[in-house]
Amino acid sequence: MKISYYPGCSLHGTAKEYDESTRAVCYQLGIELIELEDWNCCGASSAHCTDEFLSNALPERNLKIAVKTGMDLLVPCAACYSRMMTAGKENPSLKPTVKIRNLPELLREEDNFNRIREQVKTPLEGLKIACYYGCLLTRPPKITEVKDYENPQTMDDLVGILGGETVSWPYKTECCGGSLAITHTDIVKRLTRKIIEMAMEAEADCLVTACPMCQANLDTRQDEISRDEGKEYNLPIFYITELIGLAIDGKKSRRWWKRHFVDPMPLLNSRGLI
Amino acid sequence: MVAETNHPLDALVSKIGKTDVLACYQCKKCSAGCPVTPDMDILPHQVIRMIQFGMKERLLNSKTIWLCASCETCTARCPNDVDLAKVMDVLRQMAINSGEPLGDSRVPFFHSAFLSSIRKRGRIYELEMIAKYKLKTREFKKDIKLGIMMFLRGKLKLVSSKIKGKKEIKDIFSQAKKGVTG
Repeated sequence: MKISYYPGCSLHGTAKEYDESTRAVCYQLGIELIELEDWNCCGASSAHCTDEFLSNALPERNLKIAVKTGMDLLVPCAACYSRMMTAGKENPSLKPTVKIRNLPELLREEDNFNRIREQVKTPLEGLKIACYYGCLLTRPPKITEVKDYENPQTMDDLVGILGGETVSWPYKTECCGGSLAITHTDIVKRLTRKIIEMAMEAEADCLVTACPMCQANLDTRQDEISRDEGKEYNLPIFYITELIGLAIDGKKSRRWWKRHFVDPMPLLNSRGLI
Repeated sequence: MVAETNHPLDALVSKIGKTDVLACYQCKKCSAGCPVTPDMDILPHQVIRMIQFGMKERLLNSKTIWLCASCETCTARCPNDVDLAKVMDVLRQMAINSGEPLGDSRVPFFHSAFLSSIRKRGRIYELEMIAKYKLKTREFKKDIKLGIMMFLRGKLKLVSSKIKGKKEIKDIFSQAKKGVTG
């Protein structure tokens, strides 16, 4: 299948390994990604917090380009996805003609799900994973149309067919603080510490996300949190596509791990996965 | 803290936010689930009550409206379908447009730096955006180490990416009424 691909600013920068692993996994599954021509930033929180018009007009420009392609639009960043979905709802003339997809949902679709299952070469045996959905993949449900928004399952299902063990934990959809990381770092450190501690209490070895903001907030501040708390925090934070990529084609994954702040190599080594 | 009688605040916020703030019966589910309450000066359920009372000034210069992380938990859980996350957007925009001092400076500075990067290039150029933000907050040393580590991991670009449709983006911004960048 062919699909329009909207990487968004994060996947071209701070979430490069999300872009790389998404491209690798989609290639393996026979999903051809056609990058949306001349896409622009969705406006993110800064637009919707400060200017109603911008918050719709910026994503709308992308949706209009997507409509012309006649293909569905894949938006891997949960924040961009939320802005596109909201703009689509606000402008009903765009919505029926272009279907906006997030990654866990696309990969959970039966065809893709079965293809992943068939292609698993290195099952993630012995890896205990806390699936962390954050806010915008599922909320608000009137925009995302997700029914199980308090206890989503798409990534849990995916981790299951990769042979990994998911943990049952209550912080799947807690907030990491998003863009407060830059302006009010202490709040984000408190929120991410609680999420990481809860995952550790559930005996998870690592967390998996599908959002560049969540990944960055959880991954980059563990060093600081360890110093603040006088206790070690070093839980690797994966993108869902990295785990799928590792299970179906381990060779490509090495360069992704180098982009992480908490090095996933010791954990993956100890489980014999690399 | 005088209630507005000419243009009742609740009607205005409900209209712009496309939600009914009078539907709130103060169950406090929004505040119970909000991740940022320890840092807020007005709790989410109090925000709605104060809108009903027309306490515009207190709300518009509160810290709360800038600390709300737009996580949408309140909106998802409200039994009366009050879109509180959207109400926060409406209040932030009213606060900016009021021209009065804001309850927090860092968050509005961040949004301003972020949007000015989009206006100029169509996409975010992180280095420029952060530099602009730091010039305003004067917090030059903060997160420098983090920035270097990001760069070493290939996560910060030295060269910006620009889009062809820059004029379309400029037009969108000039159509926008009056935001933080206006």
